[in-house]
Amino acid sequence: MANSMWDFCTNALDTAKLRGASYGDVRAMHLRQRDLTTKNGQVGTLAQSESIGIGVRVLANGAWGFASTDRLTREGVAACAAQAVSIAKASALAKRSNVVMAPEKAYVDSWQSPFRKDPLEIPLETQLALLLAADAEMCKVKGITLTETNMQFRKIDSWFASSIGSRIHQRKVISGCGIGATSFQGGEIQKRSYPNSFGGQHALEGYELVESLELMKHAPVIAGEAAALHAAAQCPEKFGTLILAGNQLGLQIHESIGHPIELDRVLGQEANFAGTSFLTLDQLNKLKYASSIVNVVADARLDHGQGLGTFAYDDEGVPAQCTDIIKDGKFRGYLSNRETAHLVGLDRSSGTMRTESWNRLPIIRMTNVSLLPGTWDYDDLIADTPDGILMDTNRSWSIDDRRYQFQFSTEIGWEIKGGKKVRMLKNPSYSGITTEFWNSCDAICKFDDWTLWGTPNCGKGQPMQTMGTGHGAAPARFRNVRIGTAFSK
Amino acid sequence: MTSAPSARKKSGGETERAELLSPRELRGIIETVLRLAKSTEAVETEVHVDEVADALTRFANNGIHQNVFEHVVTVSVRTAAGGRTARATTNRLDQDSLRAAIEVSLSLAHNLPRDPKLLPMPGKQRYRKVNRFIKATAAVTPEDRARAVRLACDLAAKKGQVAAGIFSSGISQAAVGNSRGLFATYSETHSQFSITMQEDPAASWAKADSANVREFHPQKLAERASEKAHLAVKTQELAPGRYTVILEPAAVLDLVGFFFYDFAATAVQDKRSCLNDRMGKQLFGKNISIVDDVFHPLQKGAPFDGEGMPRQRVLVVDRGVPKNLVYSRASAKAARRKPTGHGFALPNEYGEAPMNLVFSGGESTVEKMVASTDRGLLVTRLWYIREVDPYEKVMTGMTRDGLFLVENGRVTSAVKNFRFNQSLIEMLRNVELMSPAVRATGEESFEMVVPAMKVRDFHFSEVTKF
Repeated sequence: MANSMWDFCTNALDTAKLRGASYGDVRAMHLRQRDLTTKNGQVGTLAQSESIGIGVRVLANGAWGFASTDRLTREGVAACAAQAVSIAKASALAKRSNVVMAPEKAYVDSWQSPFRKDPLEIPLETQLALLLAADAEMCKVKGITLTETNMQFRKIDSWFASSIGSRIHQRKVISGCGIGATSFQGGEIQKRSYPNSFGGQHALEGYELVESLELMKHAPVIAGEAAALHAAAQCPEKFGTLILAGNQLGLQIHESIGHPIELDRVLGQEANFAGTSFLTLDQLNKLKYASSIVNVVADARLDHGQGLGTFAYDDEGVPAQCTDIIKDGKFRGYLSNRETAHLVGLDRSSGTMRTESWNRLPIIRMTNVSLLPGTWDYDDLIADTPDGILMDTNRSWSIDDRRYQFQFSTEIGWEIKGGKKVRMLKNPSYSGITTEFWNSCDAICKFDDWTLWGTPNCGKGQPMQTMGTGHGAAPARFRNVRIGTAFSK
Repeated sequence: MTSAPSARKKSGGETERAELLSPRELRGIIETVLRLAKSTEAVETEVHVDEVADALTRFANNGIHQNVFEHVVTVSVRTAAGGRTARATTNRLDQDSLRAAIEVSLSLAHNLPRDPKLLPMPGKQRYRKVNRFIKATAAVTPEDRARAVRLACDLAAKKGQVAAGIFSSGISQAAVGNSRGLFATYSETHSQFSITMQEDPAASWAKADSANVREFHPQKLAERASEKAHLAVKTQELAPGRYTVILEPAAVLDLVGFFFYDFAATAVQDKRSCLNDRMGKQLFGKNISIVDDVFHPLQKGAPFDGEGMPRQRVLVVDRGVPKNLVYSRASAKAARRKPTGHGFALPNEYGEAPMNLVFSGGESTVEKMVASTDRGLLVTRLWYIREVDPYEKVMTGMTRDGLFLVENGRVTSAVKNFRFNQSLIEMLRNVELMSPAVRATGEESFEMVVPAMKVRDFHFSEVTKF
């Protein structure tokens, strides 16, 4: 397949140039996916899909055009490239200024994400047996009214070629797995999920991810908690000390740091849909985003871990990089691309252009936006907290369109008194203003408790694209946080 | 129903619609798969063919910055044999790839335990016709969209504002057929114009969606957003609390859209619906009636479901009382009811959902609602709505792009945006006035037919900084 894909790429670039494009890049992609779910002891979804096609992005008359097709013939690809140029020329009818791109070298490379077990080669029978067994464990727990499990595997091949001479092939293998138990009782629905809500954990790994999760050990635990939540005390409404489990902190990072640093949002390119950002250009290197113990990076390199934001090159042909976002509490960097880098004084893109598939335009995306580990042992953190609430596993999330005011609720909370977890709390929630919240952080756990969480469902762009992002986080403590607002009357 | 090939004609600029599959080609793909499946162990086979040709022009900072077109055909095959079924999907249309999809489907299903509840595929059905393929929409070119965007951006520049938005147009067609003789096909056009006008530090927004691009006027939408953005420049901060609100249709839509799954029979059977133990009870105000009706003139979508069953009009709420749920074939059999044609393509764990909700509405207008309000808030749009409590249906989210204080029957100032935590059940008990229902479009829900609403005691819990 590789030879024909490179031929299509060359064909598209040649056609685009002939039609008047001053720059062109092409992504030919082959995506394969397997989805398995169970519900109440029965198989729910069992499906496999593949999608193959080509997307052509060009600059003509100083403006962008993009066209995509799954008609992979010489004629089909040439027509697609010609159409991209035609669209670019139409864009120029209402352009604001000519697009200027930061320089980048040409790369010829091939890269494959590391994995030990190809999930699409693991017998389906094995995968289903594990899910059904975990499902059965949860069903056994009294009071559970709905059990759900899922696995998702993806293998993505992409062939990138550009008119500056890059030829980059990448293969990514992605796995995801999770389980959940729901209990309806007395006019109340409670749910617990493992290892995270909304599909569990997802990473740039093979089937070894699933095996590492120990589903059978955790299934009865979360089912028991879901049933027990009905009798738990309601999370109080107050200002107090909050400890966030790593899975919830990952989403907090995503929403209140990851999105506001996207330079396309900052520059108003997402104003109509995803929104803008409070991080206006004058804030760079000036804003005290967080307390001095907070360090956040956007790191797409394999050295950072096998997250959903890990790759060798972005979809604009720029090598993976690590960018300081928050250093010792100070705001230090944005996520940029070749078109926007110069607007923040950079001479090079930070390498964050990503596309969902061959039929979508690459846009600025989070890579792995992670809070670096701190110095605390988890047990010491709990012991050091005389009065607080620990919140675990997201239930709902919402933040305003400039990424200031947020509210999160989690599936379960634990009251901490005298340095010990003393009782379960139901319906926990907290809210705040982004910078005030991050400036209240006074403890972050060590690398031992640090996980590179995967958020597989980040929606952005028009037409909408769903992208996976990574967020490394260890449990952390925040002071004087508003707690319980979601259920205030 | 207008056939797809008419879209091949050019009008003015260079069309993006070349070479869509003809109805004969659509049917041909299905027949090919069914023929190939006959020589396998598949006892039954179902085939979906979906084709999309969509274009979207995106603008920001008073100029086009993204401009895209996509053309995708997918073929999805479900085989069934011995109480086992699975699905395989591809976008490769050659015979070898179609044969491979059949084999993958069989191979997946082979690993399953037998499901004694798996129903045989449905036979031939009769469908009520709908015509939602509008030639004018199919003929829209990149130049057409660019010219409309240019006008909107010029308006923004003239007013000292900054425009951002989209203008999209496209065609989709779908066909489903199975080895028991069922065959259905559908095509529609779609178009949207959405605009945010920014006048620092404020913004406002307007959006329209229709099968017929001639049914909305980009320039009028731009003017409306521009006027409201100017009104919103000077804001005052109000204390959170309970307010009477006047929700424009987009705000209503993005809230009530979250009822989507609750009316599914499978959701009730799974006890994850807010209607558990509440069917037949006076749950909402007596002024609230809701039907699911794909045939409503303001609706879009195919008149058949994921199994090819004909969609029925279903009265889901009658004067505040949840009366009926929607059913797939499987959930209907479990409940000893008739399927309503709302099932998703099998296999799936969610069952079904109403996709075409239509609220009964009233006779008021937003202007009359404002005039009748001593003190309240006029809400343009809501944002980032998520479910906090699935049974009481408490939703949280933010106001966005134009929140205005109403005093003594008129709009007096703009207000800093609020976060809400509001039960939808309680909200639909507190509706005082409604406009006639319109085809509304927002960003959190798919399009439905809903009215503007005046609602008392809407709960705002916190305020943000702008």
